[in-house]
Amino acid sequence: MNQTMNKVLMKGNEAIAQAAIHGGCRYFFGYPITPQNEIPEYMAREMPKVGGVFLQAESEVAAINMVYGAAGAGARVMTSSSSPGIALKQEGISYIVGSEVPCVIVNISRGGPGLGGIQPAQSDYYQSTRGGGNGDYNFIVFAPANIQEAADLTAEAFEIADYYRNPVMVLGDGMIGQMMEPVVFRDTPKRELQPKDWATTGTGGVRAPNIINSLHLQPADLEKHNEHLQAKFRLMRENEARSESYQTADAEFVFVAYGTSARIVRNVVDELRERGVKAGLIRPITLWPFPVVAFKELPDTVRGVMSVEMSCGQMVDDVRLALNGRFPVGFHGRSGGMVPSQQEIIEACLDMLKEVE
Amino acid sequence: MLEKTICAGFGGQGVMSMGRLIASTAMARNLEVSWLPSYGPEMRGGTANCHVIVSDKLIGSPVIYHDATCLIAMNLPSMQKFEAELLPGALLIYNSSLIEAAPRREDLRAVPVPANELAAGVGNPKVANMVMLGAFVSLTSIVELDDVILEITEMFGVSKKQFVPLNEAALRRGVEAAGAAYAQL
Repeated sequence: MNQTMNKVLMKGNEAIAQAAIHGGCRYFFGYPITPQNEIPEYMAREMPKVGGVFLQAESEVAAINMVYGAAGAGARVMTSSSSPGIALKQEGISYIVGSEVPCVIVNISRGGPGLGGIQPAQSDYYQSTRGGGNGDYNFIVFAPANIQEAADLTAEAFEIADYYRNPVMVLGDGMIGQMMEPVVFRDTPKRELQPKDWATTGTGGVRAPNIINSLHLQPADLEKHNEHLQAKFRLMRENEARSESYQTADAEFVFVAYGTSARIVRNVVDELRERGVKAGLIRPITLWPFPVVAFKELPDTVRGVMSVEMSCGQMVDDVRLALNGRFPVGFHGRSGGMVPSQQEIIEACLDMLKEVE
Repeated sequence: MLEKTICAGFGGQGVMSMGRLIASTAMARNLEVSWLPSYGPEMRGGTANCHVIVSDKLIGSPVIYHDATCLIAMNLPSMQKFEAELLPGALLIYNSSLIEAAPRREDLRAVPVPANELAAGVGNPKVANMVMLGAFVSLTSIVELDDVILEITEMFGVSKKQFVPLNEAALRRGVEAAGAAYAQL
């Protein structure tokens, strides 16, 4: 590994794994799938060195339930997978939210539906932000656009998960997972955390047993539990939304893009500005909660907004909701592992600007 | 500065590590870098490539799409596949030990380097990638030879330091070969 002032060149997957260890993760349970295999590979090699546990489960379902168990015992625990594997974990994720135990879930997504392909895609937006399992629930979804951000957010995800007793997801794609960029492992912002006095760590014959459970058979009890969960989700909505606005202050056309597509769109914005089109970009860093404030702050000079995704159109729904009819909303997307080119995005923008004339 | 290099060849020809060395050497010079490997079906078919971008500004897409400034082609299929990705006037360094055909495009600065022969000449055909990297270093102003040697030394570490002289010799052969070939252009 090359090192200059602690700066290392690392694959996104490796950086995420290292950041997790850096963030205090000591238990990892997973099952192999491309394009995230460097995460379990790294964990298998490095976890024992810090006294942690790496375990390759017999399936994704087993892995997420091992996460549930370790989280219930108060451990900092993570699992990672890619799209179809994350689909298999949904039942466990719903139970984890229902039981209010913290964990971190990494999805290095690939094209779908079904087994799909192994190239990068952003078609798990609904799955991530709408609660892929049963019941009324949400969790924070981070969408890093570079390796540094992937590392920073992964380490911080453990603090936030503990803070809310709720899972946090890091959603990358095959490109973020596979590419190498410089990364520095820096101090993680700390939260004021309560002791995990709810964890099932053994009573020692002293205290009453703790119970980790998502079952509430009395409707009134379950409704009360749901109201409690919703209060947490409201707090997350109010306090945890993050985004980056680029060149939006005087924009006539605003793109919305996250992760890999946001990198491409950032170049597009620069190129359009060179051509005299005042373009801008809102880059959601949290997909849930969606950064609605960034949309409220858009100036009246905007004539059109376009969601650019490596999907057939998922985040565009949230863009419409955030704008509530204020500006025309367009969409440009590629799917199946295809990555949009700068040129095609520029053309889509110019076409839409003509349409809204 | 925005240099977009594609390194391509058979699996086992060391194209990934060649690209990685460009990226890590440039990173040590505090430039922005990205390295994107092929990990798809083509990798399973035996060919490998990586996209390396070096810039003094934030890098957008790590994918090189019709705007490569350099292609290092270790074999014929790689040259034929990626030639089209080069900008007019871009640099094409190709392994003339394995590529007998001339490049199809005539608007490129095409530099043949007999990498396998030169590598064999320094004692091991496996370092053909380092010969090509030497040629790249000499023909571009992205990274310096001494910095690459430093990176290689660090990469091999103490336990494998005996491999450094061989790699260094291969790099220097590449530098010389590129200089000679380029003078003839």
